[in-house]
Amino acid sequence: MKGHEDVESENDTAMSLAEIASDPRYRELVRRRARFGWILTGVMLVVFFGFILVIAFRKDLLARPIGDATTTWGIPVGLGVILVGIVLTGLYVLRVNRDFDPMVEAICKDAAK
Amino acid sequence: MKGGLGAAALALACCLPVPAFADALTGQTQQQATNWPAILMFGVFVLATLGITRWAASKTRTTADFYTAGGGITGFQNGLAIAGDYMSAASFLGISAQIFADGYDGLIYSTGFLVGWPIILFLLAERLRNLGRYTFADVASFRFAQTPVRLFAASSTLAVVLFYLIAQMVGAGQLIKLLFGLPYSYAVVIVGVLMTLYVLFGGMIATTWVQIIKAVLLLGCATLMAFAVLASFGFSPDALFARAVEVKTALASEAGADAATAAAKGRSIMGPGNFIKDPVSAISFGMALMFGTAGLPHILMRFFTVPDARAARKSVLWATGWIGYFYILTFIIGFGAIVMVATEPAFLDPATGALRGGGNMAALHLADAVGGDLFLGFVCAVAFATILAVVAGLTLAGASAVSHDLYASVLRKGQASSEDELRVSRRTVLVLAVVAILLGVLFENQNVAFMVSLAFALAASGNFPVLLLSVLWKGCTTRGIVWGGSIGLTVALVLTVLSPAVWVSVLGHDTAIFPFTSPTLFSMPLAFFTIWLVSRLDRSGRAAVDRGGYLEQRVRSETGIGAATASTH
Repeated sequence: MKGHEDVESENDTAMSLAEIASDPRYRELVRRRARFGWILTGVMLVVFFGFILVIAFRKDLLARPIGDATTTWGIPVGLGVILVGIVLTGLYVLRVNRDFDPMVEAICKDAAK
Repeated sequence: MKGGLGAAALALACCLPVPAFADALTGQTQQQATNWPAILMFGVFVLATLGITRWAASKTRTTADFYTAGGGITGFQNGLAIAGDYMSAASFLGISAQIFADGYDGLIYSTGFLVGWPIILFLLAERLRNLGRYTFADVASFRFAQTPVRLFAASSTLAVVLFYLIAQMVGAGQLIKLLFGLPYSYAVVIVGVLMTLYVLFGGMIATTWVQIIKAVLLLGCATLMAFAVLASFGFSPDALFARAVEVKTALASEAGADAATAAAKGRSIMGPGNFIKDPVSAISFGMALMFGTAGLPHILMRFFTVPDARAARKSVLWATGWIGYFYILTFIIGFGAIVMVATEPAFLDPATGALRGGGNMAALHLADAVGGDLFLGFVCAVAFATILAVVAGLTLAGASAVSHDLYASVLRKGQASSEDELRVSRRTVLVLAVVAILLGVLFENQNVAFMVSLAFALAASGNFPVLLLSVLWKGCTTRGIVWGGSIGLTVALVLTVLSPAVWVSVLGHDTAIFPFTSPTLFSMPLAFFTIWLVSRLDRSGRAAVDRGGYLEQRVRSETGIGAATASTH
């Protein structure tokens, strides 16, 4: 983002790194973004390994047809795991663009002053 | 003789070691009649990519251009290139073949390959971009003693790259016999020479564009095939599945099964089958796929080709979208092949009733069935181009590890000039090309099925724990990283050798010493634990420096302040 290019020079930012690190906005950013990342990671882990465990222990659940169709529950569930992966990445990008990028920009701008 | 097909497919499914198929096209193939349309179309692809290489060569002047295309690739382009690195020939041919043989089980692989991407995005992608310049070792060694960490990272990069490379070279050799009707050695030499030209002259710019073009072609082919299959069933997937079950049932009863068994056999393609034999193997293999993706050097280096963290983020979203879309297409293609290929005598070997050319031909016969000779030629050319592009990326990752990590950082202590570093890099490309060709020839008749899953296991057990803890844990020290990473790598390697895929299938022993299909469930936690333990016990002076450097690293990784910027062109 543009914010970064303001700070071309490697180390001499006006605000020292220690000052940035103790900036309440920085702490807020790091805390909230880390929590968001770990929550999404947790969701992905639960969904994928849940799927694997169902296959390991209750195959029959996935082999059951949906109503009268040939299609089994396994098809939407399997494709669903793929879709959940895509949707979670989308969610992450949306939220980071909307909420966290402006915070990063504000911090970088002040640091460059 | 069609009845033999069900049995043949079953035999194929049983003898394929589970993680086998991942990338290597395994098993011996017979040479087919020379396929001129395919050769012609491949020739067009080669000419176009060489043109791009020429253009890229004129833009490749600095080390930054060579390693990372000067950081000038957009998020969308990079997403396609990453997807291209991931959609290898065997993702296409191997997964559709797996679905052709067993139905649903192929989908389980696809999910495993996809779910690593969100993890990379949530935990690593932006931090990698903010901390690194050329190789993932830049990130892993950011606040640590350079020499030991770079030595570890370069060795693990070379190990992963070599195993992956062997699988690709052998796959290329088998494919060219199959697709073009040319001898095995031709493929190995063609791949070696073309890949050298791309990387040597065009660096990362050419490597990226070759990958983007191939990704677009492959996605286009797969889309057309899936569309044609669905169109012939009135766009009703359920009708497609119903017909596939009928076909499998008919094949089973022709093979001599009684009505009830045949019906069960037919229905079995709609649910999980033999993919997962024991829960430990399943979880372990799932971990290798999920976390190994986040440790593959040729994937990680793509995060340094974009201008900033925002573009890195965007590229993962695009990559995940394309890869997911591609796997959904292969699912339809696999079922399409059951319906349109398994019932067509022209595609079957009259002597055995098995698929002509081997199990991996399912998608290609389907291309013939829906689009005729020319389309078949086109798909063949794209499949071969795919291997070429992946091999080029691997070689560049290996060359960067040697020139940037070993030569410039370890040997010259960061004092090497840009020209020297570039020269070493280019020489390494030549050496790697020769090594790849020799290994390709050497392994022609070997079962290399385990090598791609081994590469994933090594990446998950060595690189991933090292990267994650060095970026996120303040207490991490040089000693912890080197010990933990090395132990993770070694244990993953040793357990793989002792596992059924090598100990029984390659070395010919009766029973495996390590009974599970993947070592990752054991080797990855062991690596994390060792890094933690050794770091905690580390009282050296260096450890204090390592911990003291965390603050600066963290601020830079979170905000991008001080991150390497795109070079101006």
